Amino acid sequence: MTALTELTLTAMRAGLAAREFSARELTTAHLEAAEAARALNAFITLTPDHALAAAEAADAALARGAAGPLAGIPIGHKDLFATAGIRTTAASRMLADFVPTYESTVTARLLAAGAVPIGKLNLDEFAMGSSNESSAFGPVVSPWRAGNCDEALVPGGSSGGSAAAVAARLVAAATGTDTGGSIRQPAAFCGVVGIKPTYGRCSRFGIVAFASSLDQAGVLARTVADAAVVLEAMAGFDPRDSTSLPEPVPPWSARLSADLTGRRVGIPVEYRADGMDEAVERLWAEGARWLQDAGAQVVDVSLPHTAQALPAYYVIAPAEASSNLARYDGVRYGLRVVPEGGGLMEMYEATRAAGFGPEVRRRILIGTYVLSAGYYDAYYAKAQRVRTLIARDFAEAFRVCDLLLAPTAPTGAFPLGAKSADPIAMYLNDVFTVPASLAGLPAISVPAGLDARGLPLGLQLIGRPLDEQGVLDAALAIETRAGFCASPARWWGDDSGPS
Amino acid sequence: MAVTAETVRTVARLARLRVSDDEIPALQEELTRILSWVDQLQAVDTTGVEPMTRVMPVTRAWRADEVTDGDCRDALLANAPQAVHGFFAVPKVIE
Repeated sequence: MTALTELTLTAMRAGLAAREFSARELTTAHLEAAEAARALNAFITLTPDHALAAAEAADAALARGAAGPLAGIPIGHKDLFATAGIRTTAASRMLADFVPTYESTVTARLLAAGAVPIGKLNLDEFAMGSSNESSAFGPVVSPWRAGNCDEALVPGGSSGGSAAAVAARLVAAATGTDTGGSIRQPAAFCGVVGIKPTYGRCSRFGIVAFASSLDQAGVLARTVADAAVVLEAMAGFDPRDSTSLPEPVPPWSARLSADLTGRRVGIPVEYRADGMDEAVERLWAEGARWLQDAGAQVVDVSLPHTAQALPAYYVIAPAEASSNLARYDGVRYGLRVVPEGGGLMEMYEATRAAGFGPEVRRRILIGTYVLSAGYYDAYYAKAQRVRTLIARDFAEAFRVCDLLLAPTAPTGAFPLGAKSADPIAMYLNDVFTVPASLAGLPAISVPAGLDARGLPLGLQLIGRPLDEQGVLDAALAIETRAGFCASPARWWGDDSGPS
Repeated sequence: MAVTAETVRTVARLARLRVSDDEIPALQEELTRILSWVDQLQAVDTTGVEPMTRVMPVTRAWRADEVTDGDCRDALLANAPQAVHGFFAVPKVIE
C-alpha cells in the first residue's frame, strides 16, 4: 500500500469515506513526517495535540456519516492566520510570543469543514519576501535539490513553509496568502499547485495585515482538484471583512472540467521579458499548445503597462505596510522594549527597532517616505493611478480572451543567499505575479515541467474577476497534459523514522 | 535622486523606528536605489486617470446599528506586555 502521506487530498477523502484508514492513522503519519522533516524548517509550531483531537472528532463524524468536506484531512496554516490558543508569529520577533484569543475566518471555516491542523508554517517576516529568508525563525529549505548537488535552495516566498510542506508530503494542503505572488511563486518553485482567488473571495479577518488592498488568502496543494476542494471550504462572504465579496461560492470542484472548447486564452506579449530562462520560455509555448489541445483558441494580447506594475507595487505595498505595521507599538500586544529610563517615545522606537527585521524595516521606511508630506502625490498617488491603468489593461485584454497564460516566475528556485544582498533583484521574482495582484484577479500556478537543473517550473493562469472556475479548468487541462509527477527525492530526516 | 542622511533620520522618526548612526549610510544607499528604481513611474502619462481606491466594485451593504461585539476586556488584555487594573499600562508619558 502507498504511504498515506503520498496520497492526494482527493484520494485521502475517498480512503477516509471508505474507512480504509482512519483520520487518526492519517494524522499520525503526517505528524511523524513533519517531525522527521525538521531540516526543512517548514513549521514554526507543530500542534500535535490539536491535530489528534481534530482527528478523533473527524473519525467520530465519519462513523456517524456526518463528516464535513475536509474531515480528517491534515493541513497546515501559514503562520499569518490567527489561531485561537496557538501561537501566531508572522515569522517576526515582534509576535514571537503572541497567542491570539480569536480564530481567523479562513482557519475557522477549515476547522468547521473537519480539517486537521498539523501546525503553523514558516514564511517571510510579515509575508515580506520572495525566498522565505526573512523569517525570524530561520529560512525554509526547499525539499528540492538540483541534480546531485546538495546546495540548499529557497522554496520561494512568502508562503515558503506552505509550499515546502505540501511538496515534502508533510501536509495534504496548506493555506497561504498572496500579496504580490506569495502563493504562486513558492508553488512554482516547489512543484505544487497554488491558487490566489479574486480579491475579496476569502475573508482577511484574522490574517496579520501586510498590504490590505492586495492581501488575499488561498491554497497550496498537490493537484488542481485538491486545491479546488480546499478553496471552496475557505471562501465566502464575511461581514467582519469590509472588502469581503457578497458572492456565493460556486461548487468549483464538482464543476472542474479540462474541456476548454470555446475558450480563448491570451498570451500577454509584454511578458516576453529579456533574461527569461530558456526552459521557462519553452514551457510557456508548450503550455499554449496544451491549452489548444484542450480546445482553447490562443491569441496574442497586449498589457501595455506591464513594466510599470512592479515599481507601482513597490510603492503601494510598502505604503500600506507602513500604515498597517504602525500598530506594533509595544502597548497592546507583541514585543515591548523599554530602554533604561526611557519614556513612551523611546519605547516605541526601541520596540520597533528590536522587533522588525531588515526587510520589514526597509519597507516601513520606504512606505513612510512615499506617504510623507511632499512625496505623497509624486509616489503614492502616482502609483495608484498607474494601478488603475494596469487594471484597465486586463479589462481590455478580457474583451478578446477569457484567460491569460504566462509563466509564474522568470526562473526556477535559486540557492539560499543568492539574492539577499540586492533587494531589487529579489523583487524581480514577482514580475509576472504582481500585475494580477494589483488588479485583484484570480490566478493559479500549476507545475508543468522542470528546468535544466531538474527543478520545477510553474505556468500561471489569470482569469476575470470571480472566474476561479476558468483558471482551475485551464490549470486542470495543463496538469493533465504536462503529466508532472516529479517529487523531491527525500534527503531530509531519518529514513527509519519513528514507527 | 539621492536620499540624504537627514532624510533617513526624519523618515525613521516618523516611522518610530530607532536607527543608529552606523546604519544610516547603508539605508541611504538602499533607499536611494529603490526610490530611483520606482521613479520610472514618472514616465507614465496618467493625465485624467483617477487613482485606484478599491479593487473590486463593491458597495458595502448597510447593517443595523447594533452592538455585535464587546464584553471581551480580558481577551483584549491577554497579550498586553503590561496590564494594570484592566487597562493597558505604558511608561510615564509626562515627566
